[in-house]
Amino acid sequence: MPSPPAFETFAHDADIGVRGRGATLGEAFANAGRALTAVVTDPASVREVLSVEIACEASDPELLLFDWLNALVFEMATRRVLFARHEVKVEGTRLRARAFGEPVEVGRHQPAVEVKGATWTGMRVARESGTWVAECVVDV
Amino acid sequence: MDLSLLKRRTELEWVIEPRGKMRVPGLLFASEPLVRAMDLKVFEQVTNVATLPGIRTASMAMPDAHWGYGFAVGGVAAFDPDEGVVSAGGVGFDISCGVRCLRTRLTRADVEPRKKDLADALFRAIPAGVGSRGRIRLSAEEMDRMLRGGARWAVEKGWGEKGDLERIEEGGTMRDARPEAVSDRARARMRDEVGTLGSGNHYLEVQEVAEVHDAAAAEAFGLRVGDVVISIHCGSRGFGHQIGTEALREMLDAGRKHGIDLPDRELACAPIRSKEGEHYLGAMRAAINVALANRQVLTHLTREAVGSVLSQSDLTLLYDVSHNTCKVETHEVDGKPREVYVHRKGATRAWGPGHPGLPDRLRPVGQPVLIGGTMGTSSWVLAGTEAGMRASFGSACHGAGRSMSRHQALKQWNGKQVVAELESRGILIRSPSLRGVAEEAPGAYKDVTEVVEVTERAGLARRVAKLLPIVTIKG
Repeated sequence: MPSPPAFETFAHDADIGVRGRGATLGEAFANAGRALTAVVTDPASVREVLSVEIACEASDPELLLFDWLNALVFEMATRRVLFARHEVKVEGTRLRARAFGEPVEVGRHQPAVEVKGATWTGMRVARESGTWVAECVVDV
Repeated sequence: MDLSLLKRRTELEWVIEPRGKMRVPGLLFASEPLVRAMDLKVFEQVTNVATLPGIRTASMAMPDAHWGYGFAVGGVAAFDPDEGVVSAGGVGFDISCGVRCLRTRLTRADVEPRKKDLADALFRAIPAGVGSRGRIRLSAEEMDRMLRGGARWAVEKGWGEKGDLERIEEGGTMRDARPEAVSDRARARMRDEVGTLGSGNHYLEVQEVAEVHDAAAAEAFGLRVGDVVISIHCGSRGFGHQIGTEALREMLDAGRKHGIDLPDRELACAPIRSKEGEHYLGAMRAAINVALANRQVLTHLTREAVGSVLSQSDLTLLYDVSHNTCKVETHEVDGKPREVYVHRKGATRAWGPGHPGLPDRLRPVGQPVLIGGTMGTSSWVLAGTEAGMRASFGSACHGAGRSMSRHQALKQWNGKQVVAELESRGILIRSPSLRGVAEEAPGAYKDVTEVVEVTERAGLARRVAKLLPIVTIKG
């Protein structure tokens, strides 16, 4: 059986969910970030020409995922960028990350929709047979 | 939805009888086929909202109700000011998202020969899509004035005419907005976004009045068959999204602190009379003003663009409605007029004839209720009714809702084909993103006609005119 994808989006009624998997919690969060890009455009079309540092702190992993995804939404919206890749370290309640990407180029990226924010719907951060999974539905 | 879960009160009213922690019944306004097609989630969400403190009369769902965040989209719930709560999930992420309709003094015959030029001029003038910026940069002081003043601020700045204001809910300014309750992050998201359309299901559409169903109301609304109108569907942009997102987080703690027992954390809420509740209400009202200002600036840009192609045009507001709000209104509760906080999430205010809040010209017929369709199908103008004032706190449906996920739509359609197919039917599409067009293909939405017919038969609003698209600018 092929291993499940590191990042993916999934249909949830009219909305859309993001899911990341990884050997560590940080890797799963990084891949959830990539899935967030996939809601907007094909992440493979995004080049790495700039990077943004992000830090969040929350009392549990689900709150941390909520804050992390919303921090990405904020950076994407205010800087008008898309991210191709994320490096994420989670230590206890703290997350430190660097997101690599480039300014939106409408012609090349064909961005479909803005993500308004992460929600508690389908929110799940769990370890399944050795792999971390981080997912939730985002509002578009 | 399984019909055995419901008690049929009338042909179009379905009751969820109180059980467990429900404080009031649930009430669905829908035909049998619409109820059958509704997700079971709507049942759960209407039931859950009925458990919230201070809810009055019933937890309601409009005929277009579908699964939403916490509250169903199409959900209406009114709360007592002293015992009740306010919930960000009951307003929605895109605070004060709504529809504005402009009359043009143009007919289809005027527009048809200049259609392509008109589409191009509008597409150039209206910033649309992911990453687009408006032309206005706001200083911190100017931002505060906009948060307090809404469309009135925009008109004072020269983006519009004074006469526009009486055709906007609240006269263009939502009172009691609290800029001090607005975070720096929400401000940062709005700095470059005033006068932008957004993306997703937001649009600006040139439409033809195709049918008139109520001649007297159409006359009062200034609509005749063959007239051209322009509808703008958008909201408070990143500002509202940020306020909504922050509230989802903050209300989790507020609910716990105030001992509110929630069946689902999506229902996170705060007492109206609490620091957290007042904070959200103040910020949410500022977001309503952002949406009203945004649609006002877009109106100005539209006037310029249309005027550059068809100089005989004269764009005046039919009306501007918001379908994601919480507002303080007076309604009859237990036989007495009472102040309540009405949450309408994906539901349109629909005040009936005689309402003192309506401008003179509209008061005899009721409030225009603007219902958006899709790029390829109809939109509608309805009017509020006396019966709806009693039945649903003066609320009606808001649109069709998706029948298919973005995923499925993207698999089924290709943007170029959708544009070509619509063009062959005389509808011009302009959009920066073909992927966006595919995800918004008309076939991915339910048919709004049935929703509107049921809304009329249920007495919530009556049909005045049907609109068909000529040109659509998609974000």
